[in-house]
Amino acid sequence: MSITVKDVEHVANLARLTLSEAEKEQFAGQLNAILKYAEKLNGLDTTGIEPTSHVLPLANVMRDDEPRESLPLEKALRNAPDEEDGQFKVPAVLE
Amino acid sequence: MSLFNLRLSEVHNRLHHRDLSVAELVEASLARIGETDGDIGAFLTLDEAGARAQAKALDDAAGPERGLLFGLPAGIKDNIVTEGLRTTCASQFLSNYDPIYDATVVQKLKDAQSVTVGKLNMDEFAMGGSNENSSFHVTRNPWDKDRVPGGSSGGSAASVAAGQVYFSLGSDTGGSIRQPAAYCGIVGLKPTYGLVSRYGLVAFASSLDQIGPLTKNVEDAAYVLQAIAGHDPRDTTSANVSIPDYASALTGDAKGLKIGVPKEYLGEGIDPQVKARVMEALRVFESMGAVWEEISLPHTDYAIATYYLLASSEASSNLARFDGVRYGVRADNPDNLLELYKRSRSEGFGPEVKRRIMLGTYALSSGYYDAYYKKAQQVRTLIKRDFDQAFEKYDLIIGPTAPTTAFRIGEQVGDPLTMYLNDICTIPVSLAGVPAISVPCGLADGLPVGLQIIGKPFDESTVLRAAHAYEGQTEHHQLRPALT
Repeated sequence: MSITVKDVEHVANLARLTLSEAEKEQFAGQLNAILKYAEKLNGLDTTGIEPTSHVLPLANVMRDDEPRESLPLEKALRNAPDEEDGQFKVPAVLE
Repeated sequence: MSLFNLRLSEVHNRLHHRDLSVAELVEASLARIGETDGDIGAFLTLDEAGARAQAKALDDAAGPERGLLFGLPAGIKDNIVTEGLRTTCASQFLSNYDPIYDATVVQKLKDAQSVTVGKLNMDEFAMGGSNENSSFHVTRNPWDKDRVPGGSSGGSAASVAAGQVYFSLGSDTGGSIRQPAAYCGIVGLKPTYGLVSRYGLVAFASSLDQIGPLTKNVEDAAYVLQAIAGHDPRDTTSANVSIPDYASALTGDAKGLKIGVPKEYLGEGIDPQVKARVMEALRVFESMGAVWEEISLPHTDYAIATYYLLASSEASSNLARFDGVRYGVRADNPDNLLELYKRSRSEGFGPEVKRRIMLGTYALSSGYYDAYYKKAQQVRTLIKRDFDQAFEKYDLIIGPTAPTTAFRIGEQVGDPLTMYLNDICTIPVSLAGVPAISVPCGLADGLPVGLQIIGKPFDESTVLRAAHAYEGQTEHHQLRPALT
Protein backbone atom coordinates (compact mmCIF):
# COMPACT_ATOMS: atom_id res chain seq x y z
CA MET A 1 0.00 0.00 0.00
CA SER A 2 1.46 3.30 -1.04
CA ILE A 3 0.16 6.82 -0.45
CA THR A 4 -0.17 8.91 -3.58
CA VAL A 5 -0.38 12.67 -3.94
CA LYS A 6 -4.09 12.16 -4.57
CA ASP A 7 -4.43 10.37 -1.19
CA VAL A 8 -2.57 13.23 0.45
CA GLU A 9 -5.03 15.70 -1.08
CA HIS A 10 -7.97 13.67 0.23
CA VAL A 11 -6.56 13.42 3.78
CA ALA A 12 -5.58 17.11 3.77
CA ASN A 13 -9.18 17.99 2.94
CA LEU A 14 -10.44 15.80 5.80
CA ALA A 15 -7.96 17.54 8.11
CA ARG A 16 -8.96 20.98 6.81
CA LEU A 17 -5.47 21.77 5.57
CA THR A 18 -4.39 23.36 2.30
CA LEU A 19 -1.01 22.09 1.15
CA SER A 20 1.33 23.45 -1.48
CA GLU A 21 2.41 21.15 -4.32
CA ALA A 22 5.82 20.80 -2.66
CA GLU A 23 4.22 19.91 0.68
CA LYS A 24 2.03 17.27 -0.99
CA GLU A 25 5.08 15.59 -2.53
CA GLN A 26 7.02 15.79 0.72
CA PHE A 27 4.18 14.42 2.88
CA ALA A 28 3.49 11.59 0.45
CA GLY A 29 7.11 10.47 0.77
CA GLN A 30 7.32 10.92 4.54
CA LEU A 31 3.94 9.33 5.29
CA ASN A 32 4.89 6.34 3.14
CA ALA A 33 8.13 5.94 5.10
CA ILE A 34 6.36 6.20 8.46
CA LEU A 35 3.52 3.83 7.49
CA LYS A 36 5.99 1.36 6.02
CA TYR A 37 7.76 1.40 9.37
CA ALA A 38 4.40 0.92 11.12
CA GLU A 39 3.72 -2.19 9.07
CA LYS A 40 5.93 -4.07 11.51
CA LEU A 41 2.87 -4.20 13.79
CA ASN A 42 1.32 -6.62 11.29
CA GLY A 43 3.94 -9.15 12.34
CA LEU A 44 2.17 -9.47 15.70
CA ASP A 45 -0.87 -11.67 16.11
CA THR A 46 -3.39 -9.59 18.06
CA THR A 47 -6.38 -11.89 17.65
CA GLY A 48 -8.55 -11.60 20.73
CA ILE A 49 -6.38 -8.88 22.34
CA GLU A 50 -8.48 -6.08 23.85
CA PRO A 51 -7.50 -2.61 22.61
CA THR A 52 -6.17 -0.18 25.26
CA SER A 53 -7.59 3.31 24.78
CA HIS A 54 -6.03 4.54 27.99
CA VAL A 55 -4.50 2.89 31.02
CA LEU A 56 -6.81 3.88 33.87
CA PRO A 57 -9.76 1.68 34.84
CA LEU A 58 -12.20 4.54 34.27
CA ALA A 59 -15.36 4.86 32.21
CA ASN A 60 -18.09 7.47 31.92
CA VAL A 61 -17.18 9.82 34.74
CA MET A 62 -20.41 11.64 35.62
CA ARG A 63 -21.27 14.62 37.76
CA ASP A 64 -24.61 15.64 39.17
CA ASP A 65 -26.81 17.36 36.62
CA GLU A 66 -26.91 20.67 38.42
CA PRO A 67 -26.39 24.05 36.80
CA ARG A 68 -23.05 25.68 37.47
CA GLU A 69 -21.68 29.09 36.77
CA SER A 70 -20.62 29.37 33.14
CA LEU A 71 -18.00 31.45 31.41
CA PRO A 72 -18.81 35.18 31.32
CA LEU A 73 -19.36 36.49 27.77
CA GLU A 74 -16.47 38.94 28.04
CA LYS A 75 -14.03 36.14 28.82
CA ALA A 76 -15.44 33.77 26.21
CA LEU A 77 -14.93 36.42 23.52
CA ARG A 78 -11.59 37.72 24.76
CA ASN A 79 -9.60 35.85 22.10
CA ALA A 80 -12.16 36.01 19.29
CA PRO A 81 -10.56 37.00 15.98
CA ASP A 82 -13.86 38.67 15.04
CA GLU A 83 -17.06 39.22 17.01
CA GLU A 84 -20.34 41.06 16.81
CA ASP A 85 -23.19 41.45 19.30
CA GLY A 86 -21.64 39.01 21.76
CA GLN A 87 -21.12 36.28 19.17
CA PHE A 88 -18.22 34.83 17.22
CA LYS A 89 -18.35 36.19 13.68
CA VAL A 90 -17.47 34.12 10.59
CA PRO A 91 -18.01 34.62 6.84
CA ALA A 92 -21.52 33.95 5.56
CA VAL A 93 -22.28 30.21 5.49
CA LEU A 94 -25.31 30.51 3.18
CA GLU A 95 -25.41 32.48 -0.05
CA MET B 1 23.72 31.07 40.23
CA SER B 2 24.64 30.14 43.76
CA LEU B 3 21.16 30.76 45.23
CA PHE B 4 19.66 28.14 42.95
CA ASN B 5 22.24 25.56 43.96
CA LEU B 6 20.89 25.68 47.50
CA ARG B 7 18.57 22.89 48.52
CA LEU B 8 14.94 23.80 48.98
CA SER B 9 15.14 23.33 52.74
CA GLU B 10 18.13 25.70 52.90
CA VAL B 11 16.35 28.34 50.84
CA HIS B 12 13.35 28.10 53.12
CA ASN B 13 15.52 28.28 56.20
CA ARG B 14 17.13 31.49 54.94
CA LEU B 15 13.77 32.95 53.97
CA HIS B 16 12.43 32.08 57.40
CA HIS B 17 15.32 33.82 59.15
CA ARG B 18 15.01 36.81 56.82
CA ASP B 19 18.54 36.27 55.49
CA LEU B 20 16.89 36.19 52.11
CA SER B 21 13.73 37.66 50.60
CA VAL B 22 11.51 36.39 47.83
CA ALA B 23 12.29 39.61 45.98
CA GLU B 24 16.01 38.73 46.05
CA LEU B 25 15.29 35.27 44.69
CA VAL B 26 13.16 36.67 41.89
CA GLU B 27 15.72 39.39 41.04
CA ALA B 28 18.41 36.69 40.91
CA SER B 29 16.26 34.69 38.51
CA LEU B 30 15.52 37.68 36.27
CA ALA B 31 19.18 38.73 36.28
CA ARG B 32 20.32 35.25 35.30
CA ILE B 33 17.74 35.11 32.53
CA GLY B 34 18.97 38.51 31.34
CA GLU B 35 22.59 37.29 31.30
CA THR B 36 22.04 33.92 29.67
CA ASP B 37 18.82 33.73 27.71
CA GLY B 38 20.10 35.62 24.70
CA ASP B 39 22.25 32.52 24.08
CA ILE B 40 19.95 29.81 25.45
CA GLY B 41 16.52 30.98 24.29
CA ALA B 42 14.59 29.06 26.96
CA PHE B 43 11.83 31.63 27.39
CA LEU B 44 9.02 32.62 25.02
CA THR B 45 7.36 35.09 27.38
CA LEU B 46 8.83 36.74 30.47
CA ASP B 47 6.58 38.25 33.11
CA GLU B 48 8.99 40.47 35.02
CA ALA B 49 6.34 42.81 36.41
CA GLY B 50 4.09 39.94 37.44
CA ALA B 51 6.97 38.07 39.09
CA ARG B 52 8.05 41.16 41.03
CA ALA B 53 4.46 41.78 42.16
CA GLN B 54 4.12 38.15 43.31
CA ALA B 55 7.42 38.43 45.19
CA LYS B 56 6.36 41.60 46.95
CA ALA B 57 3.03 40.09 47.93
CA LEU B 58 4.77 37.03 49.38
CA ASP B 59 7.38 39.10 51.24
CA ASP B 60 4.72 41.44 52.64
CA ALA B 61 2.26 38.77 53.68
CA ALA B 62 4.68 36.14 54.89
CA GLY B 63 3.37 34.74 58.13
CA PRO B 64 4.26 31.48 59.81
CA GLU B 65 2.06 29.50 57.41
CA ARG B 66 4.03 29.09 54.20
CA GLY B 67 3.35 27.18 51.03
CA LEU B 68 5.38 24.15 50.13
CA LEU B 69 7.21 25.98 47.33
CA PHE B 70 7.20 29.39 48.99
CA GLY B 71 9.13 32.02 47.06
CA LEU B 72 10.72 29.73 44.48
CA PRO B 73 11.03 31.23 40.96
CA ALA B 74 9.50 28.84 38.43
CA GLY B 75 9.08 28.58 34.68
CA ILE B 76 6.07 26.98 33.02
CA LYS B 77 6.06 25.14 29.70
CA ASP B 78 4.08 27.17 27.21
CA ASN B 79 1.37 24.55 26.65
CA ILE B 80 0.07 25.03 30.21
CA VAL B 81 -2.40 27.91 30.35
CA THR B 82 -1.76 30.86 32.65
CA GLU B 83 -4.56 33.41 33.03
CA GLY B 84 -3.56 36.74 31.55
CA LEU B 85 -0.10 35.47 30.54
CA ARG B 86 0.30 34.67 26.85
CA THR B 87 0.33 30.94 26.11
CA THR B 88 1.41 29.93 22.62
CA CYS B 89 2.33 26.23 22.53
CA ALA B 90 5.27 27.65 20.49
CA SER B 91 2.82 27.90 17.58
CA GLN B 92 2.13 30.86 15.32
CA PHE B 93 -1.51 29.83 15.50
CA LEU B 94 -1.63 30.82 19.19
CA SER B 95 0.91 33.65 19.03
CA ASN B 96 -1.69 36.07 20.45
CA TYR B 97 -3.53 33.70 22.81
CA ASP B 98 -4.42 35.26 26.18
CA PRO B 99 -5.77 32.48 28.45
CA ILE B 100 -8.96 33.13 30.36
CA TYR B 101 -8.18 30.72 33.19
CA ASP B 102 -5.32 29.02 35.03
CA ALA B 103 -4.51 25.35 34.53
CA THR B 104 -5.09 23.35 37.71
CA VAL B 105 -1.33 22.88 38.15
CA VAL B 106 -0.82 26.66 37.87
CA GLN B 107 -3.47 27.24 40.55
CA LYS B 108 -1.75 24.60 42.68
CA LEU B 109 1.61 26.36 42.28
CA LYS B 110 -0.08 29.57 43.38
CA ASP B 111 -1.42 27.73 46.43
CA ALA B 112 2.10 26.45 47.12
CA GLN B 113 3.34 30.07 46.72
CA SER B 114 6.00 29.67 44.06
CA VAL B 115 6.57 32.60 41.70
CA THR B 116 5.98 32.19 37.97
CA VAL B 117 8.58 34.21 36.04
CA GLY B 118 7.55 33.22 32.52
CA LYS B 119 6.66 30.69 29.85
CA LEU B 120 9.13 28.27 28.36
CA ASN B 121 9.90 27.27 24.79
CA MET B 122 8.98 23.84 23.40
CA ASP B 123 8.38 21.97 20.19
CA GLU B 124 5.18 23.28 18.61
CA PHE B 125 2.21 21.65 20.39
CA ALA B 126 4.78 19.39 22.13
CA MET B 127 5.47 17.51 18.90
CA GLY B 128 9.18 16.86 18.72
CA GLY B 129 12.23 15.89 20.69
CA SER B 130 14.63 18.76 20.04
CA ASN B 131 12.85 22.13 20.34
CA GLU B 132 13.72 22.70 16.68
CA ASN B 133 9.97 22.57 15.97
CA SER B 134 9.29 25.74 17.95
CA SER B 135 7.85 28.28 15.52
CA PHE B 136 9.56 31.13 17.42
CA HIS B 137 13.20 30.18 17.99
CA VAL B 138 15.46 27.26 18.77
CA THR B 139 16.47 26.67 22.39
CA ARG B 140 20.13 25.76 22.87
CA ASN B 141 21.59 23.22 25.27
CA PRO B 142 23.46 25.00 28.11
CA TRP B 143 26.16 22.30 27.98
CA ASP B 144 26.92 22.93 24.30
CA LYS B 145 25.12 25.69 22.47
CA ASP B 146 25.48 23.91 19.14
CA ARG B 147 23.32 21.09 20.46
CA VAL B 148 19.61 20.68 21.12
CA PRO B 149 18.27 20.72 24.69
CA GLY B 150 15.94 17.85 23.79
CA GLY B 151 12.22 18.14 23.70
CA SER B 152 9.50 18.76 23.71
CA SER B 153 10.02 20.40 27.14
CA GLY B 154 13.41 21.75 25.97
CA GLY B 155 12.93 25.24 27.38
CA SER B 156 11.86 23.77 30.72
CA ALA B 157 15.04 21.67 30.92
CA ALA B 158 17.47 24.30 29.60
CA SER B 159 16.11 26.93 31.96
CA VAL B 160 16.70 24.79 35.06
CA ALA B 161 20.12 23.62 33.80
CA ALA B 162 21.19 27.23 33.16
CA GLY B 163 20.17 28.28 36.68
CA GLN B 164 17.52 30.69 35.42
CA VAL B 165 14.71 29.29 37.58
CA TYR B 166 14.57 27.07 40.63
CA PHE B 167 12.30 24.55 38.95
CA SER B 168 10.01 24.24 35.95
CA LEU B 169 6.98 22.33 34.80
CA GLY B 170 6.97 20.34 31.59
CA SER B 171 4.67 17.84 29.93
CA ASP B 172 5.52 14.34 28.77
CA THR B 173 3.64 12.42 26.08
CA GLY B 174 6.36 10.06 24.82
CA GLY B 175 9.40 11.26 26.76
CA SER B 176 9.09 15.04 26.62
CA ILE B 177 10.10 15.62 30.26
CA ARG B 178 12.60 12.78 30.70
CA GLN B 179 14.61 13.12 27.47
CA PRO B 180 15.33 16.89 27.76
CA ALA B 181 16.14 16.39 31.46
CA ALA B 182 18.68 13.75 30.40
CA TYR B 183 20.17 15.94 27.64
CA CYS B 184 20.48 18.91 30.01
CA GLY B 185 21.84 17.01 33.03
CA ILE B 186 18.92 17.59 35.40
CA VAL B 187 16.09 15.61 37.04
CA GLY B 188 12.77 15.14 35.21
CA LEU B 189 9.79 13.17 36.49
CA LYS B 190 6.85 11.87 34.47
CA PRO B 191 4.19 10.84 36.97
CA THR B 192 1.73 7.98 36.49
CA TYR B 193 -0.94 8.85 33.93
CA GLY B 194 -3.79 10.45 35.88
CA LEU B 195 -1.82 11.50 38.98
CA VAL B 196 -1.55 15.16 37.93
CA SER B 197 -4.52 17.04 36.47
CA ARG B 198 -4.35 17.84 32.76
CA TYR B 199 -6.98 20.59 33.05
CA GLY B 200 -5.45 23.56 31.26
CA LEU B 201 -2.75 21.55 29.50
CA VAL B 202 -3.30 22.06 25.78
CA ALA B 203 -4.01 18.51 24.66
CA PHE B 204 -1.66 16.69 22.29
CA ALA B 205 -2.40 12.98 22.88
CA SER B 206 -4.94 12.79 25.68
CA SER B 207 -4.34 9.16 26.65
CA LEU B 208 -0.62 9.83 27.17
CA ASP B 209 -0.10 13.48 28.20
CA GLN B 210 1.08 14.05 31.75
CA ILE B 211 2.53 17.12 33.52
CA GLY B 212 5.59 16.81 35.75
CA PRO B 213 8.51 18.66 37.36
CA LEU B 214 12.02 19.40 36.09
CA THR B 215 14.46 20.15 38.92
CA LYS B 216 18.14 20.02 39.86
CA ASN B 217 17.75 17.23 42.39
CA VAL B 218 15.35 14.47 43.41
CA GLU B 219 14.24 16.11 46.65
CA ASP B 220 12.98 19.16 44.77
CA ALA B 221 11.13 16.90 42.34
CA ALA B 222 9.38 15.24 45.28
CA TYR B 223 8.27 18.61 46.66
CA VAL B 224 7.02 19.93 43.32
CA LEU B 225 5.16 16.66 42.69
CA GLN B 226 3.61 16.95 46.14
CA ALA B 227 2.33 20.40 45.22
CA ILE B 228 0.79 19.47 41.85
CA ALA B 229 -0.51 15.90 42.32
CA GLY B 230 -4.09 15.05 43.20
CA HIS B 231 -7.57 14.36 41.90
CA ASP B 232 -9.27 17.10 39.91
CA PRO B 233 -12.99 16.87 39.05
CA ARG B 234 -12.29 19.08 36.02
CA ASP B 235 -10.14 16.36 34.43
CA THR B 236 -12.23 13.23 33.91
CA THR B 237 -9.08 11.13 33.49
CA SER B 238 -7.72 12.35 36.80
CA ALA B 239 -7.22 9.41 39.15
CA ASN B 240 -8.96 9.49 42.51
CA VAL B 241 -6.09 8.14 44.59
CA SER B 242 -4.71 9.30 47.92
CA ILE B 243 -1.45 11.21 47.65
CA PRO B 244 1.35 10.01 49.94
CA ASP B 245 3.98 12.22 51.55
CA TYR B 246 6.67 11.90 48.88
CA ALA B 247 9.45 13.50 50.94
CA SER B 248 9.10 10.81 53.59
CA ALA B 249 10.12 8.26 50.95
CA LEU B 250 13.53 9.92 50.64
CA THR B 251 15.32 7.72 53.14
CA GLY B 252 18.63 7.36 51.33
CA ASP B 253 18.15 3.61 51.44
CA ALA B 254 17.90 1.31 48.43
CA LYS B 255 18.59 -1.93 50.26
CA GLY B 256 16.53 -4.88 49.09
CA LEU B 257 15.09 -3.18 46.01
CA LYS B 258 14.62 -5.62 43.13
CA ILE B 259 15.49 -4.08 39.80
CA GLY B 260 14.86 -5.41 36.30
CA VAL B 261 17.10 -4.15 33.49
CA PRO B 262 15.51 -4.65 30.06
CA LYS B 263 18.00 -6.00 27.54
CA GLU B 264 16.03 -4.15 24.83
CA TYR B 265 17.07 -0.80 26.37
CA LEU B 266 20.78 -1.60 26.20
CA GLY B 267 20.96 -3.27 22.80
CA GLU B 268 21.54 -2.06 19.27
CA GLY B 269 21.41 1.70 18.78
CA ILE B 270 22.45 2.54 22.33
CA ASP B 271 25.65 4.57 22.48
CA PRO B 272 28.39 2.50 24.21
CA GLN B 273 29.22 5.35 26.57
CA VAL B 274 25.56 5.71 27.55
CA LYS B 275 25.47 2.00 28.26
CA ALA B 276 28.67 2.28 30.31
CA ARG B 277 27.18 5.06 32.50
CA VAL B 278 24.04 2.94 33.09
CA MET B 279 26.14 -0.09 34.07
CA GLU B 280 28.12 2.08 36.49
CA ALA B 281 24.84 3.25 38.02
CA LEU B 282 23.70 -0.34 38.45
CA ARG B 283 26.91 -1.06 40.36
CA VAL B 284 26.06 1.84 42.67
CA PHE B 285 22.67 0.25 43.32
CA GLU B 286 24.43 -3.07 44.00
CA SER B 287 26.72 -1.38 46.51
CA MET B 288 23.63 -0.10 48.34
CA GLY B 289 22.19 -3.59 48.67
CA ALA B 290 19.77 -3.53 45.77
CA VAL B 291 19.72 -6.48 43.38
CA TRP B 292 19.29 -6.33 39.62
CA GLU B 293 19.07 -8.75 36.76
CA GLU B 294 18.50 -8.61 33.06
CA ILE B 295 14.89 -8.95 31.92
CA SER B 296 13.03 -8.74 28.64
CA LEU B 297 10.20 -6.41 27.64
CA PRO B 298 9.58 -8.32 24.41
CA HIS B 299 7.27 -5.84 22.67
CA THR B 300 9.65 -2.87 22.98
CA ASP B 301 10.49 -3.01 19.29
CA TYR B 302 6.83 -2.28 18.42
CA ALA B 303 6.47 0.71 20.74
CA ILE B 304 7.52 3.51 18.41
CA ALA B 305 5.19 2.49 15.60
CA THR B 306 2.38 2.06 18.12
CA TYR B 307 3.06 5.43 19.66
CA TYR B 308 3.21 7.42 16.44
CA LEU B 309 -0.07 5.93 15.23
CA LEU B 310 -1.90 6.50 18.52
CA ALA B 311 -0.42 9.88 19.43
CA SER B 312 -0.89 11.26 15.91
CA SER B 313 -4.47 10.00 15.77
CA GLU B 314 -5.29 11.63 19.08
CA ALA B 315 -3.50 14.79 18.00
CA SER B 316 -5.42 15.03 14.73
CA SER B 317 -8.63 14.94 16.74
CA ASN B 318 -7.47 17.30 19.50
CA LEU B 319 -6.09 19.88 17.09
CA ALA B 320 -9.40 20.07 15.20
CA ARG B 321 -10.37 22.75 17.73
CA PHE B 322 -7.90 25.17 16.19
CA ASP B 323 -10.23 26.46 13.50
CA GLY B 324 -9.69 30.22 13.64
CA VAL B 325 -13.20 30.95 14.95
CA ARG B 326 -12.96 31.33 18.73
CA TYR B 327 -9.25 32.03 19.32
CA GLY B 328 -5.92 31.98 17.58
CA VAL B 329 -4.78 33.73 14.43
CA ARG B 330 -7.36 33.84 11.64
CA ALA B 331 -6.26 34.02 8.00
CA ASP B 332 -6.93 37.36 6.29
CA ASN B 333 -10.06 37.80 4.19
CA PRO B 334 -11.30 34.24 3.71
CA ASP B 335 -14.00 33.90 1.02
CA ASN B 336 -16.04 31.42 3.00
CA LEU B 337 -16.06 29.36 6.20
CA LEU B 338 -14.27 26.34 4.75
CA GLU B 339 -11.50 28.55 3.47
CA LEU B 340 -11.30 30.25 6.86
CA TYR B 341 -10.64 26.88 8.51
CA LYS B 342 -8.20 25.63 5.92
CA ARG B 343 -6.14 28.78 5.51
CA SER B 344 -6.03 29.59 9.24
CA ARG B 345 -4.77 26.09 10.01
CA SER B 346 -2.35 25.89 7.09
CA GLU B 347 -0.83 29.29 7.85
CA GLY B 348 -0.80 28.72 11.63
CA PHE B 349 0.68 25.21 11.94
CA GLY B 350 4.32 24.28 11.29
CA PRO B 351 5.50 21.26 9.25
CA GLU B 352 5.78 18.67 12.06
CA VAL B 353 2.30 19.51 13.35
CA LYS B 354 0.85 19.20 9.83
CA ARG B 355 2.70 15.92 9.32
CA ARG B 356 1.23 14.41 12.49
CA ILE B 357 -2.27 15.71 11.76
CA MET B 358 -1.99 14.12 8.30
CA LEU B 359 -0.72 10.81 9.73
CA GLY B 360 -3.42 10.73 12.40
CA THR B 361 -6.22 11.71 10.02
CA TYR B 362 -5.11 8.99 7.64
CA ALA B 363 -4.93 6.36 10.41
CA LEU B 364 -8.44 7.26 11.57
CA SER B 365 -9.98 7.60 8.13
CA SER B 366 -12.57 5.27 6.70
CA GLY B 367 -11.08 1.93 5.68
CA TYR B 368 -7.84 2.30 7.67
CA TYR B 369 -9.10 2.56 11.24
CA ASP B 370 -8.86 -1.18 12.01
CA ALA B 371 -5.54 -1.63 10.23
CA TYR B 372 -3.77 1.21 12.02
CA TYR B 373 -5.54 2.74 14.99
CA LYS B 374 -7.21 -0.36 16.42
CA LYS B 375 -4.15 -2.51 15.73
CA ALA B 376 -1.96 -0.01 17.57
CA GLN B 377 -4.34 -0.02 20.55
CA GLN B 378 -4.10 -3.81 20.69
CA VAL B 379 -0.31 -3.71 20.58
CA ARG B 380 -0.45 -1.12 23.35
CA THR B 381 -2.16 -3.78 25.47
CA LEU B 382 0.76 -6.16 24.81
CA ILE B 383 3.31 -3.47 25.69
CA LYS B 384 1.46 -2.70 28.92
CA ARG B 385 1.40 -6.43 29.77
CA ASP B 386 5.21 -6.53 29.43
CA PHE B 387 5.39 -4.00 32.26
CA ASP B 388 2.65 -5.67 34.35
CA GLN B 389 4.54 -8.95 34.19
CA ALA B 390 7.90 -7.38 35.02
CA PHE B 391 6.41 -5.58 38.01
CA GLU B 392 5.11 -8.84 39.43
CA LYS B 393 8.73 -9.69 40.14
CA TYR B 394 10.58 -6.38 40.34
CA ASP B 395 10.08 -3.11 42.22
CA LEU B 396 11.70 -0.99 39.53
CA ILE B 397 12.90 -1.14 35.94
CA ILE B 398 16.09 0.75 35.13
CA GLY B 399 17.76 1.69 31.88
CA PRO B 400 18.95 4.72 29.94
CA THR B 401 16.56 7.63 29.32
CA ALA B 402 17.78 8.17 25.76
CA PRO B 403 20.04 6.11 23.48
CA THR B 404 22.52 8.95 22.97
CA THR B 405 23.49 12.30 24.41
CA ALA B 406 22.17 15.57 22.92
CA PHE B 407 22.61 15.75 19.15
CA ARG B 408 23.62 18.76 17.09
CA ILE B 409 21.07 21.34 16.04
CA GLY B 410 19.98 20.58 12.47
CA GLU B 411 21.46 17.09 12.46
CA GLN B 412 18.15 15.17 12.21
CA VAL B 413 15.70 17.78 10.93
CA GLY B 414 15.13 16.30 7.48
CA ASP B 415 14.43 12.80 8.70
CA PRO B 416 11.38 12.52 10.98
CA LEU B 417 11.65 8.74 11.37
CA THR B 418 15.21 8.86 12.73
CA MET B 419 14.12 11.63 15.08
CA TYR B 420 11.29 9.41 16.33
CA LEU B 421 13.71 6.55 17.08
CA ASN B 422 15.39 8.69 19.78
CA ASP B 423 12.38 7.93 21.97
CA ILE B 424 12.79 4.14 22.12
CA CYS B 425 13.47 4.05 25.89
CA THR B 426 10.77 6.51 26.96
CA ILE B 427 7.82 5.70 24.69
CA PRO B 428 7.05 2.19 26.03
CA VAL B 429 6.82 3.69 29.54
CA SER B 430 4.33 6.31 28.31
CA LEU B 431 2.20 3.68 26.57
CA ALA B 432 2.08 1.67 29.80
CA GLY B 433 1.19 4.82 31.75
CA VAL B 434 3.67 4.12 34.53
CA PRO B 435 5.87 6.69 36.34
CA ALA B 436 9.53 7.27 35.50
CA ILE B 437 12.25 9.68 36.47
CA SER B 438 15.43 10.67 34.64
CA VAL B 439 18.40 11.48 36.87
CA PRO B 440 21.92 12.50 35.82
CA CYS B 441 24.34 9.54 35.78
CA GLY B 442 27.51 11.14 34.48
CA LEU B 443 28.92 12.49 31.25
CA ALA B 444 29.84 11.08 27.86
CA ASP B 445 32.31 13.28 25.97
CA GLY B 446 31.34 16.17 28.22
CA LEU B 447 27.59 15.79 27.69
CA PRO B 448 25.09 14.60 30.31
CA VAL B 449 23.63 11.08 30.32
CA GLY B 450 20.28 10.30 31.96
CA LEU B 451 19.39 7.21 33.98
CA GLN B 452 15.72 6.24 33.75
CA ILE B 453 14.09 4.69 36.82
CA ILE B 454 10.62 3.28 36.09
CA GLY B 455 8.08 2.27 38.72
CA LYS B 456 4.71 0.62 39.25
CA PRO B 457 1.55 2.66 38.67
CA PHE B 458 1.13 5.32 41.39
CA ASP B 459 4.32 4.15 43.11
CA GLU B 460 6.21 7.42 42.66
CA SER B 461 7.46 6.98 46.23
CA THR B 462 9.66 4.00 45.33
CA VAL B 463 10.88 5.73 42.15
CA LEU B 464 11.83 8.82 44.18
CA ARG B 465 13.37 6.74 46.96
CA ALA B 466 15.66 4.88 44.55
CA ALA B 467 16.57 8.03 42.61
CA HIS B 468 17.33 9.91 45.82
CA ALA B 469 19.43 7.08 47.26
CA TYR B 470 21.43 6.89 44.01
CA GLU B 471 21.89 10.64 43.95
CA GLY B 472 23.20 10.51 47.52
CA GLN B 473 26.00 8.13 46.45
CA THR B 474 27.07 10.19 43.42
CA GLU B 475 27.90 13.75 42.50
CA HIS B 476 26.57 13.77 38.95
CA HIS B 477 23.62 15.99 39.85
CA GLN B 478 25.97 18.67 41.09
CA LEU B 479 27.68 19.11 37.71
CA ARG B 480 26.74 22.37 36.04
CA PRO B 481 27.36 23.57 32.49
CA ALA B 482 30.14 26.14 32.18
CA LEU B 483 27.96 29.01 31.03
CA THR B 484 29.62 32.35 30.70
